[in-house]
Amino acid sequence: MLRLLEIEYHKLRYSRSAKILVFTYFILITFIALIASIEFNLGAINFRVADQGIFNFPYIWHFNSYIAALLKLFLAIVIVSMMSNEYSNRTLKQNLIDGLSKKEFIASKFLTVTVFSLISTLFLFIVSLILGLSFSDFTEASIIFSDMEYMIAYFVKLTGFFAFCMFLGILIKRSAFALGFLFIWWILESIVYGVLKWQIFRDSEIADNIARFFPLESMSNLIKEPFSRLSAVQTAATQLGSEFDKDYGIHWDQLLIVIFWTTIFVFLSYRLLKKRDL
Amino acid sequence: METILSLKDLTKKYGALTAVDKLSFTIEKGNVYGILGPNGSGKSTTLGMVLNVVNKTSGEFAWFNGNTDTHEALKKVGAIIEHPNFYPYMTAAQNLALVCKIKDVPKDKIDEKLEIVGLLDRKDSKFRTFSLGMKQRLAIASALLNDPKILILDEPTNGLDPQGIHQIREIIRKIAAGGTTILLASHLLDEVEKVCSHVVIIRNGKKLYSGPVDAINASHGFFELQAKNMKLLQELLIAHPGIENVSEKENIVTAILKEPMDAETINEYLFEKGLSLSYLVKRKESLEEQFLTLTNQTPSA
Repeated sequence: MLRLLEIEYHKLRYSRSAKILVFTYFILITFIALIASIEFNLGAINFRVADQGIFNFPYIWHFNSYIAALLKLFLAIVIVSMMSNEYSNRTLKQNLIDGLSKKEFIASKFLTVTVFSLISTLFLFIVSLILGLSFSDFTEASIIFSDMEYMIAYFVKLTGFFAFCMFLGILIKRSAFALGFLFIWWILESIVYGVLKWQIFRDSEIADNIARFFPLESMSNLIKEPFSRLSAVQTAATQLGSEFDKDYGIHWDQLLIVIFWTTIFVFLSYRLLKKRDL
Repeated sequence: METILSLKDLTKKYGALTAVDKLSFTIEKGNVYGILGPNGSGKSTTLGMVLNVVNKTSGEFAWFNGNTDTHEALKKVGAIIEHPNFYPYMTAAQNLALVCKIKDVPKDKIDEKLEIVGLLDRKDSKFRTFSLGMKQRLAIASALLNDPKILILDEPTNGLDPQGIHQIREIIRKIAAGGTTILLASHLLDEVEKVCSHVVIIRNGKKLYSGPVDAINASHGFFELQAKNMKLLQELLIAHPGIENVSEKENIVTAILKEPMDAETINEYLFEKGLSLSYLVKRKESLEEQFLTLTNQTPSA
């Protein structure tokens, strides 16, 4: 296993574009901290975002995992191109001739995907911890380490998304087209959801219940948007007479769906590679 | 003799097209083999199948008597297929280090192998800056990293300039002289003639001939003979003025002719000397003719 990771690390470490993208990704995650410095001056009212409780434990786990997950596209580019470049440089063929089995090839790629997700999760954990310790109103250990399931969900979400990217990279063999296809897939899911929701199953939950099994939708459903959970927003909503009744938690069935898709994508990648003549 | 690779009825179909049709041959240790055939005759597909990159349709192949998995066996093989494939953003040495990791061999041979192909001074240049000839030489260095039991080369001189072709052939000759088994696929008759001891000729995926190269070179054809007293048979043949060369393999004597001769003539000659044959076949230039139609070349000899 270590050998496979070493092989993949060797391939990535000399690629300048991969290095730049990975670097940018991690820099951008730390930029979440910059939100803290956003200040508005609306006449007499001084509004500072950091004071609105977004960095309070345990809410910060939810908020940061949601924001950081938006940045995953940067790593997605690295993953798609590390798959499709093996085709365009024909190095996949050479790897196999040199004695790597097809199983090992997929394993080395998926291990890398997992390691990327793991590092990103750890990194986010550290950034959030530092931010929280600086700005949170509560710093008791029991509060700090509650809601840790957001970190697990973040890891699963990233792994699932990257496994999808890996599969697309193998399926389409060209990085630009694979990313384009990812976008088209996302639109397709939205259209199908829209048709289900507004045409077929009007005024019912059935559409949502079907859509949560779609690959991308299941991933984005893992961590729900955290904004309406902010106390300021909640207060405002109550004053306006509407009330949010939303479940922000992480659900095990939702995690299972994403893990299921991850397995499917890895398996399909292997099947595809096995069946193809290079 | 140690068998390195054996193919049995190996077949590859692309839809209705049969690229390789029931191909069987065996590669023994220590020989230099050529697979000869025009472009599109199935050479690369055959190599692709035994190298785990093309899925076979039917038939069998076995590396090292079939005791290991194909991908484990490939770690003991050095192979280059068509184009040299490396990571363009890595230097020569970095690319070779990656191959070492894949093949599970130590990295200390990188410099030695770069020296063999004359690229040591360019080891820290990026692969994308290399000329085609240099890329091909780097590919050979990479194939040699594990001191392979067999080196497989597919059209190694394709697209190179005369100097590049000469360099590659010199390298191959040097490697062959060191006792490494080599399998060389080519559509060039003189390339196979110059480098190989054995040849497999294929056309449209079918095997036309396999055997020693010398046998094909015979311009007046050759006899294949067998008799109870093989020793006497050879002595008599050597004594005959019309016969250039006599060799024995697998209990069959091959006599290459110096001048045209009928099968009757040699039969009468041997019978007069008191030897009766149990087997006699005359093979004429048919192979060379096949050779020529295959390769569209005029004989160089």
